[in-house]
Amino acid sequence: MAEKTYQAGVKEYRKTYWTPDYVPLDTDLLACFKVVAQAGVPPEEAAAAVAAESSTGTWTTVWTDLLTDLDYYKGRAYRIEPVPGDPSAFYAFVAYPIDLFEEGSVVNVLTSLVGNVFGFKAIRSLRLEDIRFPIAYVKTCGGPPHGIQVERDKLNKYGRGLLGCTIKPKLGLSAKNYGRAVYECLRGGLDFTKDDENINSQPFMRWRHRFEFVMEAVHKAQAETGERKGHYLNVTAATCEDMLERAEFAKELGAPIIMHDFLTGGFAANTTLANWCRRNGVLLHIHRAMHAVIDRNPYHGIHFRVLTKCLRLSGGDHLHSGTVVGKLEGDREATIGWIDLMRESFVPENRGRGVFFDQDWGSMPGTIPVASGGIHVWHMPALVAIFGDDACFQFGGGTLGHPWGNAAGASANRVALEACVEARNDGRPVEREGREILTEAAQHSPELKIAMETWKEIKFEFDTVDKLDAQKR
Amino acid sequence: MPEVQPYKATERRNETFSYLPPLTPDKIRRQIQYLVNQGWNPSIEHTEPEKAFSHYWYMWKLPFFGETSVEKILAELEACHRANQGHHIRLVGYDNYAQSLGTAFIVYRSGNR
Repeated sequence: MAEKTYQAGVKEYRKTYWTPDYVPLDTDLLACFKVVAQAGVPPEEAAAAVAAESSTGTWTTVWTDLLTDLDYYKGRAYRIEPVPGDPSAFYAFVAYPIDLFEEGSVVNVLTSLVGNVFGFKAIRSLRLEDIRFPIAYVKTCGGPPHGIQVERDKLNKYGRGLLGCTIKPKLGLSAKNYGRAVYECLRGGLDFTKDDENINSQPFMRWRHRFEFVMEAVHKAQAETGERKGHYLNVTAATCEDMLERAEFAKELGAPIIMHDFLTGGFAANTTLANWCRRNGVLLHIHRAMHAVIDRNPYHGIHFRVLTKCLRLSGGDHLHSGTVVGKLEGDREATIGWIDLMRESFVPENRGRGVFFDQDWGSMPGTIPVASGGIHVWHMPALVAIFGDDACFQFGGGTLGHPWGNAAGASANRVALEACVEARNDGRPVEREGREILTEAAQHSPELKIAMETWKEIKFEFDTVDKLDAQKR
Repeated sequence: MPEVQPYKATERRNETFSYLPPLTPDKIRRQIQYLVNQGWNPSIEHTEPEKAFSHYWYMWKLPFFGETSVEKILAELEACHRANQGHHIRLVGYDNYAQSLGTAFIVYRSGNR
């Protein structure tokens, strides 16, 4: 027997989408939004509107609503919480049934959760703070092509963080001169060098020329040092066809790792490339250009921890995480929150780190966080203390800006890293005794000594714009 | 600021700590203690230097599962060294949770690296 009748018109969202008694299912996808409602809109109505507009609802009742089981398919706003220290905003928790989303598609999830709803008039501002992906959904995604453990095994690097360097200047070098800079860094002791994100295939250096010269440099440094080396060849391109052509050529040249920009390139391209990397045994380094446009404003957009989760599902073996200590934005506890989300198999809710939900990754491989941007040897003790070993530290200016050149700069960084690891293993408090540890190591390394003299005064002590709400209390 | 120094011809390197001066016996002892404290299983591997690039070196006996005595591990390293003069000898720590190695470093380096 039909129980419902059709009545045209507009009804309040909360009558359908505000369900405070709802107990979320283990298979539900959960989201936490930070909402600032328009004046006069009660929180329950605003939260219900967000749930509706990001799932089944539209602004008016339609007769075709009655052709389906909306009670099964609708998103439900099930909890509202105040934001610490900010009476203008509140957190809205929404549960979505898993069948609203195509399997293995972060594209589809984001199209719903951060689609039309962000332009919705009843909301003054909206930010997606966190998503709990149910393990049932995680299992439908490919994830990182290799993961941390396979990368370590392939590269034979154990018991320490990895070291990289972005080749500078960002733009304008010829392919052969660029390869020279790579060779010097790698023979000096780095594990990796990296294309800057805006190097694709410009007139001054077409991609094929760059790939050839860079791979000669990688192979030579590898043969001379006896250590495995790589350069993140950026295959980000205008089309997926171009991207895959570049990836194929990198593989042909024996490149162990390639690189993609997941936000400017897009999630569909990224997942395609991650699948290609898995099939072809090539590691995948992920850059995050455009992230700050999306994640930096505390009242609008998508928090980086959500972008991190989406990338781990889409696929990437490395992902830039921020450094905490360098030139780019990143609060310490919040950063630890999202590097856990990259690496661990289970991350419990921890509001002190901005983590709103337990997240179970099951057997999905981990992604290596990459700390890059304005760091130099003096930051090494803090980096080792904050990130531990499963991380990649990238010193661009901090390698290439060494007064004696790239090889000396690379060697200084490697000595500093190994000295900090050795001291930590000895049980020394590396961050507090950083100065002594580096000074002792510099006695055997003139390259480190000069690096320490060059950069001793440089600090980046600006306040973080996007603080954790919990810290404002 | 001293003037620019040329960087030396590239040297062969192997494993973690290869950019530090050779570890003193005391430092080796402390690194072994760290490996043991992490709950990793020690294992000794060795190779002719010219074959060092391979992932697979010769295993010295089997991994010493459950061995927590630094002295016994040191004695095995010395025995391996005595029996394989001219070889690189490394100590690795099997981490059976990560299904990987927790660490790997050279204890006896052959003279020519």
